Amino acid sequence: METTVTKKYTFKDFASDQEVRWCPGCDDYVILRSMQKALPEMGVKKEDVVFISGIGCSSRFPYYMDTYGMHGIHGRAPAIATGVKLANPDLSVWIITGDGDAMAIGGNHFIHLLRRNIDLNIILFNNEIYGLTKGQFSPTSLVGQKTKSSPYGNTQPPFSPGELAIGAQARFFARIGGNTPKEMTDIFIQSEKFKGTALVEILQNCVIFNDGCFTQYTDKAVRADKQLFVEHGKPMIFGKERDKGLVLNGLKLEVVTIGENGITQEDLLVHNAKEQDPTLHQMLVRLEYPLVTGIIRSFDDVTLEEREDDLTAAVKYNSKFVKTDDLFFSGETYEVK
Amino acid sequence: MLTEKIEPQIEALEAVIIRFVGDSGDGMQLTGTQFSDTSAMFGNDIATFPNYPSEIRAPQGSLYGVSGFQVHIGSVEISTPGDNVDLLVAMNPAGLKTNLHAVKPGHTIIVDTDSFTKKNLEKALYESNPLEDGSLENYRVIEVAMTTLTREALKDVEGLENKIITRSKNMFALGMVYWMYDRSTEHTIEFFNKKFKTKPSIIEANSKVLKAGFYFAETLELIPNSYTILPAKMNPGTYRIIMGNTATAWGFLAAAEKSGLELFLGSYPITPATDILHELVKHKHFGVKAFQAEDEIAGISSAIGASFAGDLALTTTSGPGLALKGEALGLAMMVELPLVVVNVQRGGPSTGLPTKTEQSDLLQAMYGRNGESPVIVIAASTPSNCFDYAFEASKLALEHMTPVVLLSDGYIANGSAPWKIKSVKDMPDIKNNKITEVKENWHPYDRNEESLARNWAIPGTEGLEHRIGGLEKDKVTGNVSYVPENHEYMTKIRAEKIKRVQNYIPDITTEFADEGNLLVVGWGGTYGSLHSAVKQLNEEGHTNIGFAHFNYINPLPKNTEALLKKFKKIIVCELNNGQFAKVLRINFSGYKFLQFNKIQGLPFANSELTEKFKNLAK
Ligand code: SF4
Repeated sequence: METTVTKKYTFKDFASDQEVRWCPGCDDYVILRSMQKALPEMGVKKEDVVFISGIGCSSRFPYYMDTYGMHGIHGRAPAIATGVKLANPDLSVWIITGDGDAMAIGGNHFIHLLRRNIDLNIILFNNEIYGLTKGQFSPTSLVGQKTKSSPYGNTQPPFSPGELAIGAQARFFARIGGNTPKEMTDIFIQSEKFKGTALVEILQNCVIFNDGCFTQYTDKAVRADKQLFVEHGKPMIFGKERDKGLVLNGLKLEVVTIGENGITQEDLLVHNAKEQDPTLHQMLVRLEYPLVTGIIRSFDDVTLEEREDDLTAAVKYNSKFVKTDDLFFSGETYEVK
Repeated sequence: MLTEKIEPQIEALEAVIIRFVGDSGDGMQLTGTQFSDTSAMFGNDIATFPNYPSEIRAPQGSLYGVSGFQVHIGSVEISTPGDNVDLLVAMNPAGLKTNLHAVKPGHTIIVDTDSFTKKNLEKALYESNPLEDGSLENYRVIEVAMTTLTREALKDVEGLENKIITRSKNMFALGMVYWMYDRSTEHTIEFFNKKFKTKPSIIEANSKVLKAGFYFAETLELIPNSYTILPAKMNPGTYRIIMGNTATAWGFLAAAEKSGLELFLGSYPITPATDILHELVKHKHFGVKAFQAEDEIAGISSAIGASFAGDLALTTTSGPGLALKGEALGLAMMVELPLVVVNVQRGGPSTGLPTKTEQSDLLQAMYGRNGESPVIVIAASTPSNCFDYAFEASKLALEHMTPVVLLSDGYIANGSAPWKIKSVKDMPDIKNNKITEVKENWHPYDRNEESLARNWAIPGTEGLEHRIGGLEKDKVTGNVSYVPENHEYMTKIRAEKIKRVQNYIPDITTEFADEGNLLVVGWGGTYGSLHSAVKQLNEEGHTNIGFAHFNYINPLPKNTEALLKKFKKIIVCELNNGQFAKVLRINFSGYKFLQFNKIQGLPFANSELTEKFKNLAK
């Protein structure tokens, strides 16, 4: 959104009068609050903001935002949002979805949206479970995970959302823990600034059906040691002591310790989110230790709207048709007297 | 075989039906289109129907590779492409074999004898050459060595590839037919000049062959002198020949212009609806946003998004696609957004008969969704009125804030007919329910008192931020509501909103008789067949048969029952197993609805209709 906004909003302007109905302790509250805090910082007009969701716990989100919104049908939010954005490219469009909504029933729309690179944002609440239907395994549940629909353990290997998305040509991918509102707020702002489809995966804890699924990475006590928060142009460094980092060893990423084996900070990889070649971004996405968070990929590319606009302008310029009459009465017509 | 010399005769015919058939590569579509265009410009009424093979590149000479084009022209009103033909032009044995059954006994067949080679006869599964074994003795067969004659005509034209020479033999056939029916070659030559502007040798070749065919027919003594079909009495005005699918697309263009909204199409390719997508993608100059989606569901979902954002939104599909769109259509109904869904019906169920026509999606359109989910259903009935009903579907959707299903079918979608061109300025106004200013105590589900349409607040409008969705709404605020009484209220008001559309649509009228022994009832694409059958009977003196054809299915016109009352018997004719009859039974319990159904992927034949009606009307 390029429009300058004179009106100054606060987070309260974006909260609707509807009572929030998620389970107490659910990370969804953190996401909602982060979004309400991020929006006043984006420079968009409130009336230009549209939230479109599918079905699932996350998809109640639009009801809690005092913006335009549509709670759609299961898996179809990307398609609905595509129509909204193509109809009015001036809007700031946000898709709210979950792991089941985006990657199971809506998998087709999800990948095609990413491929097209329409300028909108997807917030993916990944809790590795179906919450609203009360606890079945999802396309991101782990093998062996016991759920209501896999009492003896899940046998279906999971998707990694980032890997799938980048495979589908996502130009922007960020991942963030559901309990880090400050970073999350900033990522929301960055994703709005990004011109193209921006996907933000949130590691969202479901306290009821999959409690603690990300604790090994997101718990305050271990976060600094287990997560590498990447920033464009900065070395890939992590650890409580800021003494760990990543280097490339052949075709593998390797964790090294600064000060050991002659390693200095200069040896560490420097994050380039803007690189077109997704190879390293994919490796970062796949890494299990440390878990990479932050904006992993942010490659500027032409959007679908830009392509369409250019084409429309060219066709209009070359066309003799201005009104439908010009078309209807053109070519092979004849008179009956 | 009639080989004796026939004395020249000059005869004015009321109407004639001609079918051009040949291999897919023989250019039969072009030949037929040229003949029909020329006839239309001469002033005839016309109706045409193409018949393509379903395989994209069927083997040459094979029975399933035959491509055909039927033209019905007349000095009288023509409402269908016709059943059996007066003239068959067969460019190869396969074409003859697959179409002979359609030739009226004693009538004419023109064949290209050069194509009746041993190999082609085998491919057409002929055990002996039909031109020699006497099997065609009931027809007047005109044997012409078209390939040889075409070659001969082009021997002086330099720089032509062999392929182009043999390909232009269809123009030889066309030239002959032009002479036989007293048509000028002028229009077609003009067409060559435009079409091949940059290739003068092709213009020359085609024109030469066309004229060669014309003069050949003139000098050939086997051909009776040319017939003529005088201009038909048609309303004065500017006309063009239009295909049903094109007319549908143009109706939406007109509706967008009239309503001042931008047009959005979300669509996924499916036979026989794809031509609407093909047509609309061309019109970026009018600001049309045509989006080819990843699947049927995304087609309709993107249209719902565009409608939410304030566009005139539509999605196009055929039967199986409508099934996939069902859930999203329910959402559009629930959020009460304007949306047009075009279903160009084809033979079902499942993949069914994709290239054949049928009317078997009526109940799907009416009821194919979960929950109580009424939508407006209307149907176009001729190739040219596809324009009017596309416009009307848009108008109803926008004015009543509801999805509208527009039913067309393969028969009218691919058929073409003259269209008296309509200018947008002559079309009725389209209002919409947009609100642009904040009113005190405003709610997204505030309704128009008369139509019950809710208001349409689009994103970007300051102060009207609101949320909609598939969950049940509170009747006032539009917020999610699980209150039992509210759900019942909302269910009823959604139904009532559709019912009240009756107040905005025209009454149904009868043709030929206002009362009598038999009322013939039809809907949608069968108009032409039913109309001409009842008309014929009427002219033969069966003045007690009336005809009522429905374009508005849900809701039905207000006066429907008043009209049913006036006839002793009612027969509902449909290309399905009786779906509209079911709808009528649900609505009008005191009547006996007889049925006449055909489920062969084919339109009604005149003879089967007239026979049935005659017996019933006694
Ligand atoms: S079920 Fe899980 S995801 Fe859903 S609201 Fe409750 S805690 Fe959150």
